[in-house]
Amino acid sequence: MSKPRSIKLTVNGTAYEHTVEPRLLLADFLRNTLGLTGTHVGCEHGVCGACTVLVGGDSVRACLMFAVQADGCSIETVEGLGSIAQLNPLQEAFREHHALQCGFCTPGMLMTATDMIRKYPLATDDEIREGLSGNLCRCTGYEHIVQAIRAVVARNAGKVR
Amino acid sequence: MKPAAFDYIVADSLEAAVAALAGAGGEAKIIAGGQSLVPMLNFRLLKPSVLVDINRIPGLAFIKESEKTIEVGALTRHHQIETSPVIAKHLPVLGCAMTHVAHLAIRNRGTIGGSLSHADPAAELPMLALLLDASLEIASASGRRTVAARDFFLAALTVDLNDGDIVTGITFPKLPAKTGWGFEEVARRSGDFALAAVAATLTLSGGAIAQARIAMTGVGPTPRRAGDAEALLTGKPLGPDLIEAVIKLVRAGVEPESDLHASADYRRHLAGALAGRAVAAAWRRAQGKTA
Ligand SMILES: Cc1cc2nc3c(=O)[nH]c(=O)nc-3n(C[C@H](O)[C@H](O)[C@H](O)COP(=O)(O)OP(=O)(O)OC[C@H]3O[C@@H](n4cnc5c(N)ncnc54)[C@H](O)[C@@H]3O)c2cc1C
Ligand code: FES
Ligand code: FES
Repeated sequence: MSKPRSIKLTVNGTAYEHTVEPRLLLADFLRNTLGLTGTHVGCEHGVCGACTVLVGGDSVRACLMFAVQADGCSIETVEGLGSIAQLNPLQEAFREHHALQCGFCTPGMLMTATDMIRKYPLATDDEIREGLSGNLCRCTGYEHIVQAIRAVVARNAGKVR
Repeated sequence: MKPAAFDYIVADSLEAAVAALAGAGGEAKIIAGGQSLVPMLNFRLLKPSVLVDINRIPGLAFIKESEKTIEVGALTRHHQIETSPVIAKHLPVLGCAMTHVAHLAIRNRGTIGGSLSHADPAAELPMLALLLDASLEIASASGRRTVAARDFFLAALTVDLNDGDIVTGITFPKLPAKTGWGFEEVARRSGDFALAAVAATLTLSGGAIAQARIAMTGVGPTPRRAGDAEALLTGKPLGPDLIEAVIKLVRAGVEPESDLHASADYRRHLAGALAGRAVAAAWRRAQGKTA
């Protein structure tokens, strides 16, 4: 028996209250319960990075956390970054630099990059590559993703590129 | 790829966690960062009937400096250790090692207590605990005990913890003065588990090595110290011949296994090469040079 539990949390600024089974992964809660299918699920064991979201501002694997653990937390998913009409600067850089093809890895790349840009100086492309090493992309060869992130880091530092 | 059903208990104190574990009679698992446990639950390699979540216990995530030691709470996240100025100052080899543990999103969740308790044969933190002569504080319904890292790691994924035990903290002695360190790892990709890694410290006195410590991971079921290489180094200044001798001794002393990622021979080769580099870097740093 596993008793369902009631949780309260905010996702992209909206408050939600739901009753969930303890074994429900945060990724499945976001996708299936809330219908926020921007968060993708590739491997379900922490390796591909597609499910990366921000919990309390920190990037985490939504496949390695249970929804019940997010009780009281504030979560951001790719849907919270910008809208199709108004991309945020990181999304805009991804568009501009052709940093996606099929788009499967993109939500995880964007959420990872959001946290990375905040936490590391990313002074070199090697550092950006290292930061992306936990996110797999089958399409782009990563080069354009590195360029997009580089552009955002440069813009934040006040340099135009 | 979904976990089997379990009951979920959020412990709000250490006492509550200990009681919940004792009450479940061996059917419960602690969940800390979940970065090793949840993959095993998703694969149904483990099907505990109860998960006891220790993430909300106050006071288990800290890095505390005392005169001779640095104490790290079991719930301290990898990323906190990676970026701690206290660790950078007093245990720089630990700070360096953390950048090799997985990726930011995993370091944001994964905890030192979880990594040591899980004891993956290729993990960095067990090696560092062994290198630095750390000890673990453990609480259970029957009281508290302290276990030296050298007695803690028993076999692959097996440590000196009984059902109902919770690691609460890890105490590291500070590095002595005139100590240099080295950390060397080879992994297939940045953030992957090590094929092999070696960490070393050398403490100098009068131009010679007064104390040498060398620890390895990825080359056996548990992390291990290279005792004979440490003994060989003691009392001598480091030079090319001595480094060669260390490399040979380390290669002769390890018994790695072959798996998908690397052959036993390659791992043995790496252990020697990385030990040579780690010792050389420690020697340079001990003399105040950059490694
Ligand atoms: C893609 C990926 C790559 C990784 N790469 C690396 C790597 O390169 N190097 C590396 O070292 N690790 C790596 N890890 C593992 C990561 O470091 C984990 O965080 C760590 O091994 C476990 O810590 P945790 O807090 O997540 O523990 P959990 O997953 O929560 O628990 C692990 C085990 O320890 C027990 N446990 C947890 N806390 C305690 C406690 N306080 N007392 C007693 N028992 C406890 C649990 O019951 C469980 O059995 C990787 C993980 C992933 C998903
Ligand atoms: S689905 Fe979570 S990391 Fe792959
Ligand atoms: S764009 Fe297709 S996986 Fe990255």
